Amino acid sequence: MKKKNYSSLLWPLITLAAILVFNLIFTKGFFNIEIKNGHLFGSIIDIIKRAVPVMIIAIGMTMVIATKGIDISVGSIIAISGAIAAIIILNTGLSLFFVIFLSLAVAFLFGAFNGLLISYIGIQPVVATLILMVAGRGVAQLITNGYVLYIDHKAFEYLGIGFFLGIPFSIIITLIVYIITYAVTRTTAIGLLIQAVGGNPRASYYTGINVKSIKFFVYAFSGLCAGISGLIISSDIKGADPSFAGLWVELDAILAVVIGGTPFTGGKYYLFGSIIGSLIIQSLTTTILTRGVPVQYTLVVKAIVVFIVIIFQSAEFRQKVLRGLKRKIQ
Amino acid sequence: MKQTLKITKVVTVVIAILALFAINAMLFASGETEEKAAGGKKLVVGFSQNDTNNPWGTAETESVKDEAAKRGIELKYADAMTKQANQIKAIRAFIAQDVDAIFLAPQVETGWEPVLKEAKAAGIPVFLLDRGVDVTDDSLYVTLLASDFVFEGEEAGKWLAEEMNYKGNIVELQGTPGASPTIDRKKGFENIINKYPDLKIIKSQTAEYQMGKGKELMEAFLKAEGENIDAVYAHNDAMALGAIQAIEEYGLKPAEDIIIVSVDAIKDAFEAMVAQKLNCTVECTPLLGPGAFDALEKHLAGEKLPKWIKSEDQVFTKDTAADYIDSRKY
Repeated sequence: MKKKNYSSLLWPLITLAAILVFNLIFTKGFFNIEIKNGHLFGSIIDIIKRAVPVMIIAIGMTMVIATKGIDISVGSIIAISGAIAAIIILNTGLSLFFVIFLSLAVAFLFGAFNGLLISYIGIQPVVATLILMVAGRGVAQLITNGYVLYIDHKAFEYLGIGFFLGIPFSIIITLIVYIITYAVTRTTAIGLLIQAVGGNPRASYYTGINVKSIKFFVYAFSGLCAGISGLIISSDIKGADPSFAGLWVELDAILAVVIGGTPFTGGKYYLFGSIIGSLIIQSLTTTILTRGVPVQYTLVVKAIVVFIVIIFQSAEFRQKVLRGLKRKIQ
Repeated sequence: MKQTLKITKVVTVVIAILALFAINAMLFASGETEEKAAGGKKLVVGFSQNDTNNPWGTAETESVKDEAAKRGIELKYADAMTKQANQIKAIRAFIAQDVDAIFLAPQVETGWEPVLKEAKAAGIPVFLLDRGVDVTDDSLYVTLLASDFVFEGEEAGKWLAEEMNYKGNIVELQGTPGASPTIDRKKGFENIINKYPDLKIIKSQTAEYQMGKGKELMEAFLKAEGENIDAVYAHNDAMALGAIQAIEEYGLKPAEDIIIVSVDAIKDAFEAMVAQKLNCTVECTPLLGPGAFDALEKHLAGEKLPKWIKSEDQVFTKDTAADYIDSRKY
């Protein structure tokens, strides 16, 4: 890989390290990792586990943003996939495989619907996905009648709270999604095509790239990622919460992608950066909750940290600061 | 190609507008079908509900509808789907139809003055349900029927203080910052707890009335304080249900190792109490129908009513939950 890619990951990594070092010094027991009942257990594990939904969505969102698009419907798709899994479990005796398959298929179709509106009908991404963002939560509420549906299904619970070799299973799912996405985009031409479409759709079109189907594909994939996230969230609380599951998660995911260094202008993307971005957001949240920061300050603290990261992401800002420092030294 | 794209866009927009009109037309039609057939001197009441997309709102609506049917009163019902503008429209429609009284469950507190003045000018009494309005002239409505959130917090505090023998450490899961139930339930609880120097609220953060966030917050509190926590006070049942899961996954017994008290008394909370996982919940009843029609009849009989008729909310504990669970309606 070229050197350039590493330098764009530098700032997110420094931020994450800074948050962790802060906790190392000021929060007692933050880095304690115990083995409890044969499971890994501790604040650090909590951070990774709680970041799972955003990480998975951010993987799909990275692809979307790389094509110069945006998908704000993911939170609603989360609510829908959880609701579908719940009604299938509660009303039929289908095996876990079908529960997962059908819920993910529905999530994929909703994503494909976004893709259809955007690439074949030509509606702007924000507008197209706004439709599903608003309507999707209503669909989930219709499915569950507005109530939280409780799921009592041991195998299904494994997705969200199970452990595999001591590691929370949801983390393993994230790893699998990441590795597959990385492999497909790096070993095949798809990654390159996505970059081309985001960088210059017109030029891509004239070079013979099927711009429409690439765009269609990334939105469908984003829907699928949201579906996976939705299953994990509903499995974690053993219930499908149509009104609150995944509420505003799209904003966290977009923030994670941006903090991770993927620009909104499309073309370039940093999958690993998005993972780091998600971890930064979650470690911030967990730190705030663990330390018991008063409620009124929570959002301000978050905003300040995000502001600092974004500012340092800007090459222009860094250059100016560095130049200023050099001048002072001279 | 550009030409065809433009045409498809125009067609889509036209279809969308037509669809909106169709939906609007359907809503109004359904509102007006109940209009006919008012034989004799039957009382006619218009009820403007803000939203029925949650179990609480649904229970409230059912309660008003059932009570109207029981008393042989004709009810004109309008669901505003969380839009104040729709409620104002509905009230104007009720005034035009010259109903005998208007029941209003307001979506927000402000902005009601003009339309309530119109109702007053038309001589139609207005009864407020579950939430107050911010008006300079309180003769614009007859009375407000609602729970007293401060009272609920105090009841929770009283019960918990006694159960804990007036000493120990409490963590508080707050609702959405700034919402009036959050402010008042916190205040009421503190009114009681601050009387006893050995009772301490050691951590307090928001979980936004959500089950998933309640679980995440309790996880963080347990990591920070562990077995130091003697009790949990949650501003609603959903967050308490999330906290119960976190306590179980931490390896402690909810309701035994850690006492849990919450507010709302939804059916799910009764199920948790019967399963001996939740200690206590303070009611916040949506069943306002009987009280509202009582108030209406008293008003028509010329009786003077207080400006706020407080709901008689009760405290339920796990010892008696089994006796009540079948009669719970929400």
